[in-house]
Amino acid sequence: MTLASINFTLADGRDLVYLLVGIGFILALKGLSAPRGARRGNLVGAAAALVGIAITFTDPALRDHVPGVSHGLNLALMLIAMALGTAIAVPAARKVKMTAMPQMVAIFNGVGGGAAALVSITEFLKFPHGTVAVYKIFEVLFGVVVGCVSFSGSAIAFAKLQELMTGRPITYPGQQAINALVGLAITALVLTTLVTASVPIMVVVLILGLVLGVIFVLPIGGADVPVLISLLNSFTGLAVAASGFTLNSNLLIIAGTLVGASGILLTRMMSKAMGRSLPNILFSAFGSVITAGGGEGGQERPVKSGTPDDIGVLLAYARKVAIVPGYGLAVAQAQHVARELADALTAKGVEVYYAIHPVAGRMPGHMNVLLAEANVPYDQLKEMEQANPEMSTTDVALVVGANDTVNPAAKTTPGSPIYGMPIVNADEAGAVIFLKRSMRPGFAGIDNELLYDEKTTLLFGDAKDSLQKLVAAVEAA
Amino acid sequence: MTVGIIELLTIFVLAAFVGNEVISKVPSILHTPLMSGSNAIHGIILVGTMVVLADAHGPAELVLGFLAVLLASLNVVGGFVVTDRMLEMFKTKPEARKQGADNRASDSATGDGANPGGKPS
Repeated sequence: MTLASINFTLADGRDLVYLLVGIGFILALKGLSAPRGARRGNLVGAAAALVGIAITFTDPALRDHVPGVSHGLNLALMLIAMALGTAIAVPAARKVKMTAMPQMVAIFNGVGGGAAALVSITEFLKFPHGTVAVYKIFEVLFGVVVGCVSFSGSAIAFAKLQELMTGRPITYPGQQAINALVGLAITALVLTTLVTASVPIMVVVLILGLVLGVIFVLPIGGADVPVLISLLNSFTGLAVAASGFTLNSNLLIIAGTLVGASGILLTRMMSKAMGRSLPNILFSAFGSVITAGGGEGGQERPVKSGTPDDIGVLLAYARKVAIVPGYGLAVAQAQHVARELADALTAKGVEVYYAIHPVAGRMPGHMNVLLAEANVPYDQLKEMEQANPEMSTTDVALVVGANDTVNPAAKTTPGSPIYGMPIVNADEAGAVIFLKRSMRPGFAGIDNELLYDEKTTLLFGDAKDSLQKLVAAVEAA
Repeated sequence: MTVGIIELLTIFVLAAFVGNEVISKVPSILHTPLMSGSNAIHGIILVGTMVVLADAHGPAELVLGFLAVLLASLNVVGGFVVTDRMLEMFKTKPEARKQGADNRASDSATGDGANPGGKPS
């Protein structure tokens, strides 16, 4: 007994604290998966991370004097880097608009992948020549490749969502073959490096990893980018776990693997919500071709557009109105006006609810977050499964900036790229109103037959403007 | 402390199962915050970058280590803050719901026009 207590070193104590931090992360994830405990879960995670960072200052690497290392400089640089990172991250995270959240998550994920890759690269450079176990080299190279893919992939995902580049899939002849070749080249070079531990080859692997991240993401359309971010998030987790193996850190392995495993599950839940398989999302260049709903020249077919006053009257005298929000609502920041319209209608005795498609917007749950920001009452929010049975008794479905998520082609056209995706059955409502900026098809690039239906009325313009006009019209009606 | 590869693998495998179990049922409303929160958790790579920078010899390792600490700090700090901001919006829900039920009919006339910019932060 006494022997055991004597043998309990500072290193053991630190590892024990790291274990507690790991438990904190597990509890954080658990909290985050239920609405009640979500915020507390996140705070538990943050507190755990803080403890983990604090206890790391007791690590021998940070305290012991090593010949040739001027510790003061290293520690000073460390504190500067941490202060700088905090000074950049906090305002960025606080000021970002709710609509830009997905991009923000993409950036934070990308830098995490970059950090994991840098750890692995530095550890590789520190390897003594010829004496390193093969599995050690493999861990490091895994961290380099996966971290780099996550880093550059997230950068492209950010550019797509931020509209720095087209959101449409970018395709070129032989794309799949080229991607496969790069993947093969990386595998071959990794195998070579396992034997040679050569620094130049590692640099080539690193560059190819960055290239792979870019070409992997290019053919993925904007609508699918959220699923992609979730996948890259999972990749970063795995890269962190690899760093944990390299550094003998139980904490990094626990945290990284948790994120890696739960991220893959979350990614599959998201693709399921879109009614598609993950390979289909990743490799089909979904939405690269604009498929006309019936025959070509969809743009020239007649549509019925109405004035705000007409539509306001229609809404005010309805019994039941469903608001179907989509990305257009998010870009126009129209969630508050949407709530005003709902309130105005409720005051007229109209029953109003929001029909929320799980993948409307740019991230699953995007609409819920936006509408929560506008303090929309919980009982008005209906998930797609609850909303659909009510659609046939709904008088008016008001589609605000959504398109693919109400496209009946998903039910009726077996050849359509979105066939099989669950949709909000706006087409079953008595009348349908689309608030749209233009006749451009949605992110999936598929024409929507519902736009040409005779019970459909279109109101062109920015979603916020149109909603404001409708509020005035409803109040006047 | 030297830990064998088998011990590390054991931790890895068990953590993978835990990761899979712990989020088995997530309502879609929480998909975004969960993604963001797990993104923050892998920011703990900061701990690894700290050790790497502390151990750095020579300018190349110093620069790489410095960058690594910087990027990891961005990840962990930004990740938790952004997640908290998302979840902040769910916090007021029970109140809003009660109010909404109480004065549903009358509350629209006054509206919330006084607070168009959303919540202060």
